[in-house]
Amino acid sequence: MIGSPVLSLRGATKRFGGLVAVNDLDFDVTEHEVMGLIGPNGSGKSTTLNLISGALRVTSGAISLRGSAITQMPAQKIARKGIARTFQLVRLLPSMTVLENVKAGAVFGHRRRWGAEADDFARRMLERVGLTRQSGMHVGQLTYIDTKRVELARVLASEPEILLLDEWLAGLNPTELAEGIKLIRSLRDEGRTVILVEHVMDAIRALCDNCVVMSSGKKIAEGAPEAVLSDPEVVRAYLGDDDA
Amino acid sequence: MITSDETRNISIAVVLLALAACLPWIGGPYALTIGVTIVMFTALSTSWALFSGPTHYISLATAAFFGVGSYVTAIGIGFLPYWALLPIAGVIGAILAALVGLATLRLSGVYFVIFTLGLAELVRQLITYGQNKSGTKGLYVLTNINETMIYWQLLGLCALVYLAGWLIGRSRLGFALRIIGDDEQVAKHSGINTAAAKIMLFMVSGAVAAIVGAMLAPRYVYIEPAIAFTPMLSFQVVIMALLGGTGRLWGPVVGVIPFTFLWEAISVSFPNQTTLLLGVCFLLIVYLLPKGFVGLLQAIQRRSREALS
Repeated sequence: MIGSPVLSLRGATKRFGGLVAVNDLDFDVTEHEVMGLIGPNGSGKSTTLNLISGALRVTSGAISLRGSAITQMPAQKIARKGIARTFQLVRLLPSMTVLENVKAGAVFGHRRRWGAEADDFARRMLERVGLTRQSGMHVGQLTYIDTKRVELARVLASEPEILLLDEWLAGLNPTELAEGIKLIRSLRDEGRTVILVEHVMDAIRALCDNCVVMSSGKKIAEGAPEAVLSDPEVVRAYLGDDDA
Repeated sequence: MITSDETRNISIAVVLLALAACLPWIGGPYALTIGVTIVMFTALSTSWALFSGPTHYISLATAAFFGVGSYVTAIGIGFLPYWALLPIAGVIGAILAALVGLATLRLSGVYFVIFTLGLAELVRQLITYGQNKSGTKGLYVLTNINETMIYWQLLGLCALVYLAGWLIGRSRLGFALRIIGDDEQVAKHSGINTAAAKIMLFMVSGAVAAIVGAMLAPRYVYIEPAIAFTPMLSFQVVIMALLGGTGRLWGPVVGVIPFTFLWEAISVSFPNQTTLLLGVCFLLIVYLLPKGFVGLLQAIQRRSREALS
């Protein structure tokens, strides 16, 4: 099934001084697709996510959302256009309740709400991620996976066209991981478009329609998870020459 | 929608303002002088905290806005009716704040503090230069506005500041600022134009400080740069706001009242060591009450709740 591309990267490059963190990267994300962005540590996955979300600007190349360029836009504009992200290290609003944290997404995101409508929508998103009981708590009182859930609910509350999940499953224990995978899978079943940067191979196999594998800033493979994970070059990138 | 808590708070605020408005009839001239100082610093500190409370940017530009406002009255009084000068001072203060904001709010905290401190000095030097060129040293502000009228004007301005603060707190802008104060990255990635939100609030505090300056010019009678742009004013506003606490709209006034009396005592007893003692007060407040009286009260409430449960 080939849908229309929602997000396209063409020749996206990011240099930090002499270091090329992302090198001439091309890929498309189609509607309702869960795309995995994988690769060894330091291969440029998170930098790529930062380029898409506007946290960093590309040195050269182009990024477009539904055909219109978002390459040089600041993060807040990209967020309003409909790209919402979670952070590798969870970022919540410490002075606020769980509900207010989620409301931040509902009030300022892609689709903007206010007042009772924003509260209701934020509550629905909390229910969606399974946090109804915690809505009045302060974020300091939450368990680790629940902080991740709050962040996910905040992102969902902005009704994004594309969700960027930066190692959302990292650091979870096996029980939590199973719950986490179930939650992301339910997003996929709703037909959402998701890019996930992930290290957990089980999750990649279970969740992704398509994978882009990066190594040293370059794309080295693209395709269905099973196919790319058995690609010799991908194995070499992860494990070194001897095991390929 | 207004909740019952809000109705209660508004009623309390209106009653307190009405009581404060009676001061000129009840108190003598000395009480009125102290009263003017208190309402002046309440307007300045509260509007300062509207911006600096949520964003944690410490602005030392109050004296710059205040001085510009005083000069609007001093220069304009010969051409325009006094009442027209107050909104003009407000607009000029807001524009100056917007320019400073555009230039500096992208900078991180320390640079912002230094820039705002330098701004007051810069404007003062510019005006001094202009006066030296034209040969005048200062300006006379001769009006029939007396202390009582200044007091009521400032009190009215305080009421407006509280109203503005309350409305901002309920608005998207207020929510955006709380998010910015918590985590600016999250704010940006949630779709908040952080620079615009900060500049808007900075403009509010700049406009208020300029209007306060314009209202107080008739009290000074004679205006010169050293009086209008005294950096001491900026520091006093910061200390009072921090002493009260910036987390609540009513926080700064709780700091302004005791500090005004303290300052009065210091000025009378140690007229030559005021700057030194201001510094000592600053240190003590930051060490002993980092979150001001508001923070202290909240800690007590929390402790008593925990003791009960």
